[in-house]
Amino acid sequence: MPVSVAHSRLIHDALKACGVRLVSALPETWLVHLIRFAEEDPDMILVRLAKEEEGVGISAGAHLAGVRSAMLMQNHGFLAAINGIVSCAQLYRIPLLMLISHRGELGEKDPWQTEGGIVTEPLLSALRIPFARLESPDQVAPRIAKAQTLAHSASRPVALLLTRDLMWEEA
Amino acid sequence: MTRLEALRAVYPELERRVVVTIMGAVAAELQSLGHRPSFFYLQHAMGLASSLGLGIALCRPDQQVVVLDGDGSILMNLGGLTTLARYRPRNLVHVVFDNESLLSVGGFPTATSTGSDLAGIAAAAGVPRTRTVRTLEEFTAAFGEALAAGDLTTLVAKVEAVGPAAYVTDLTLLENRYQFQRCLRERKGTNA
Repeated sequence: MPVSVAHSRLIHDALKACGVRLVSALPETWLVHLIRFAEEDPDMILVRLAKEEEGVGISAGAHLAGVRSAMLMQNHGFLAAINGIVSCAQLYRIPLLMLISHRGELGEKDPWQTEGGIVTEPLLSALRIPFARLESPDQVAPRIAKAQTLAHSASRPVALLLTRDLMWEEA
Repeated sequence: MTRLEALRAVYPELERRVVVTIMGAVAAELQSLGHRPSFFYLQHAMGLASSLGLGIALCRPDQQVVVLDGDGSILMNLGGLTTLARYRPRNLVHVVFDNESLLSVGGFPTATSTGSDLAGIAAAAGVPRTRTVRTLEEFTAAFGEALAAGDLTTLVAKVEAVGPAAYVTDLTLLENRYQFQRCLRERKGTNA
């Protein structure tokens, strides 16, 4: 499977470096290594979800309990979580670090991913969620740290888009 | 049994614990009995009270967490029951007040009115302790047993479809949120 192990490791290490101790996730292809790293890490609590919106509640609870968390999800999972993001995280000013695999962009071969790819960034903008794209390994650590800083200073959701160029190594 | 009677019966136990409620009648009625800094009312995001309670329970194993849910809310997050069961926080008691209706928006009947069994669903999801109760005496006893059991419990309390006259209280959402967070930060372990 050509999902980048090295770049997944960079992302995991960057999350730990900014104090993340709980990760909620729903598996998707690009996230398999990240989820495995979280599961194998004794310093990390991994919560496997049935649906992404649950992760918003879990992260809100973790924040109120004093623990930094992150959500790992596909962009279609972000679509499925929007009510929770608006009516829990935004309404209650919860810092919510969301790492979203951005399927359906240039190079996408799976027809079923394409609609979600087109609407992801406009929806983030419509929801006034600050976001940045992670496209190369040198961007990973600084942008994750900066996203975490903004999420906490603004007490709002902040998103990082995990792109094909970062996550996928063409065979 | 009314929900208010049930809340009043167990209020002395709730006062000492971390409590997360759903929106609407449950939040207003608990506040009418007396707000405490350790009570958090999730006034929207239907379905997520149990997920939020799970997040707290996982991060604060030294605290006993009580989630006060409703049939309409948990029906929006049935998958969350499988997540609760999967991580089985021993310090979480999940109460579902089942009035078989969406009371606060006009009393529309939910699927529990036509036979869907929430305790059965929770048990099938893997929640180790589940029960449905119908009288105040049963509820009070079952809630006490759940607190003492030291394991994840979903307790479904069948209650009358009656609620308070008003849902908005003078406690603002963010005031509640920051007060609750501060309370958790300062609280020492009580889940001995």
